[in-house]
Amino acid sequence: MSERTVSVGSRVGLHARPASLFVQAAARQPVPVTIAKPGGDPVDARSILMVIGLDVRGGDEVVLHADGEGADAALDELVELLATDHDAEVPS
Amino acid sequence: MSRELRGLGVSAGIAVGPVARLAAPPELPDRDAPVADAEAEAARAAEALEAVAAGLDARAAQADGAAADVLVAQGLMARDPVLGDAVAGLVRDGRDAPHAIDAALHEHRRALEGLGGYMAERAADLDDLRTRAVAHLLGLPMPGIPQPGHPFVLVADDLAPADTATLDPAQVLGIVTERGGPTGHTAILAKQLGIPAITACPDASVLVDGQRLLLDGGTGLLVADPDDALVADAERRARELAARRASSHGPGRTADGHPVRLLVNVGGPGDLEAPGVPGAQGVGLLRTEFLFLERATAPTREEQEALYAEVFSAFSGRTVIVRTLDVGADKPLAYLPQAPEENPALGVRGLRLARRDPELLAEQLDAIAAAARASDADVGVMAPMVATAREAEGFARLARDHGLEKVGVMIEVPSAALCAAEILRHVDFASLGTNDLAQYTLATDRLAGELADLLDPWQPALLRLIARTIEAGVAAGKPIGVCGEAASEPMLALVLAGMGVTSLSMGAASLADVRATLAAHTIDQCRALASTALAAGSAPDARAGCGGRRAGGRRRRLTPCPSSRSTPSRSPRAAAPPWRSASPSAPARWRTCPASSATSCCVPSRARPATSSTRAGRPKRTSRRGCRARRSLAATPRRGPVKGRRWRSTPAC
Repeated sequence: MSERTVSVGSRVGLHARPASLFVQAAARQPVPVTIAKPGGDPVDARSILMVIGLDVRGGDEVVLHADGEGADAALDELVELLATDHDAEVPS
Repeated sequence: MSRELRGLGVSAGIAVGPVARLAAPPELPDRDAPVADAEAEAARAAEALEAVAAGLDARAAQADGAAADVLVAQGLMARDPVLGDAVAGLVRDGRDAPHAIDAALHEHRRALEGLGGYMAERAADLDDLRTRAVAHLLGLPMPGIPQPGHPFVLVADDLAPADTATLDPAQVLGIVTERGGPTGHTAILAKQLGIPAITACPDASVLVDGQRLLLDGGTGLLVADPDDALVADAERRARELAARRASSHGPGRTADGHPVRLLVNVGGPGDLEAPGVPGAQGVGLLRTEFLFLERATAPTREEQEALYAEVFSAFSGRTVIVRTLDVGADKPLAYLPQAPEENPALGVRGLRLARRDPELLAEQLDAIAAAARASDADVGVMAPMVATAREAEGFARLARDHGLEKVGVMIEVPSAALCAAEILRHVDFASLGTNDLAQYTLATDRLAGELADLLDPWQPALLRLIARTIEAGVAAGKPIGVCGEAASEPMLALVLAGMGVTSLSMGAASLADVRATLAAHTIDQCRALASTALAAGSAPDARAGCGGRRAGGRRRRLTPCPSSRSTPSRSPRAAAPPWRSASPSAPARWRTCPASSATSCCVPSRARPATSSTRAGRPKRTSRRGCRARRSLAATPRRGPVKGRRWRSTPAC
């Protein structure tokens, strides 16, 4: 079982576009991933409704879990995504 | 047989075309249909959600920026695996597909709503999903913008943000809604896109698809099944309007050369790219909220300075009036916790925030002053929500201590308008924020759509407070501007000019109309209009008296009387208030004006005032109109230099 703790880089938090990007990335992973606030109940990282329901703000820490083959690589990718400030990007 | 209808004109312009109605949301049957095969029913539910998601994806591909983000997120919600499992579970428990989807979404809706704020706004997205999935399952028309295959006039009960995200100005000739007010989402959007629009027209419910409709977004007049002569007249007026807009350039002045500076309202650097901005004489209102909202920590002094400098350099040699931070309990800053307030519009907001956190204001003034020193723009600074002369004095001292020379205040609270003379002793200028001034004078929430008539900028009480403020400015020899969207209504702009305002600041899209209208009238005509407006006993009378729509009657179209051109112009700084100089008989002769295509007040819904935006556990605003308006442009928490919407959609003062 692999676990990572990461601080959310997007200032708006895990809402809106950052949440969409995260959920889409989680769905692409070969293993199921969960996300939780520290000490909170983990939820399915592929579920945008559950993820935005966590109400994670910018700078908050979240804990990712995954099991099975490829779990570490999956978490590494998601951690990098979460740590990035997607608000800073300028969409077209 | 033609038939006249009336509504509130919110976006100037004339349109003629066939009606296409927005389909009403489908009704969910009271009872579940019997389900013979639960597995098949679950598959049907899954297929409906997938169809809805595919439709949202298609629309997302056509949209961009924040609108696309909302649609992408909504598509992900439709495909949400947790939602899908819940729906399947409910079907296996005996629910039919539409009811299962309705119930499952309802659960998530409740959860999000409980979180308040931005999350509560996402609840509206779930409502939209539910509507779409149910329509799909029941074989009803999908709600949304109709696509008849030819240009049309869009008629709707009201428009939701999802409806408008992909609105194509080439297809949508005009917009008519049964509900909505002058400050709602539809009004803002229509103005942004330059689509003529009328809201608050309950009679529009009789209009049917394909029916020919003529609408004048300036006057609020609609004609169903107009005859050819009317259409020809409307088309001629539309051409005239287009020609006036095209030929409008240069500084703001009346036909006889009386100057009224025409400025733009800017919500952030993105606004600087709007067409019309290059022709403006400066910025009459630089909102600074965009720097502070939706972030975990306060912007640093350097960060602020860089952004102010960016705006100042774009207006080198011109005026830029910076309004200091205007937020309140309904838009709490993460780094400046504010306890919930029963009435955020009446609470600690605007300048009052400095009572609790003087540092924030001090640092902002510092940054503005530093950026101003490094620029050759004519920079002024003003405080929002000033209520007393003492507050004005305190702010002026603070700003001058920071090295700012040109200091002013917003006049948006009735007490400030009443005490304008005293306030002006301490500051160099004042700017009327007519939207909030209307809200506070008429005791009417800016987002209360059903009370839209009370927020009419032509309300006598509002006009009198404006006149009184300008009178104080004239007496003190200090400039008074208007930066509420009332300044963008061409007819009202004439009235304000006649009262003696020295500048009008508005969204860039309105500049050409106002400039052209002003250039077509002498200052004496403006003064006569001001007298007429001030003498009127009601908003409709004031508007009608000035040549706009009459309450339930025809517009008067008289020719201006050439004799009054001989009346000498008076300086706006003359000791007597200018509108009093107009002869009592003048108003009747001046009822006409090419500016009958006046636009109404339009306030983007940042939801600043009086919306009890909530966090967990607090009571929520109950007005459905308010909720609808709020979730509009504010749908996504937009951050940083996102091009387009966010900064363009911040509210007027």
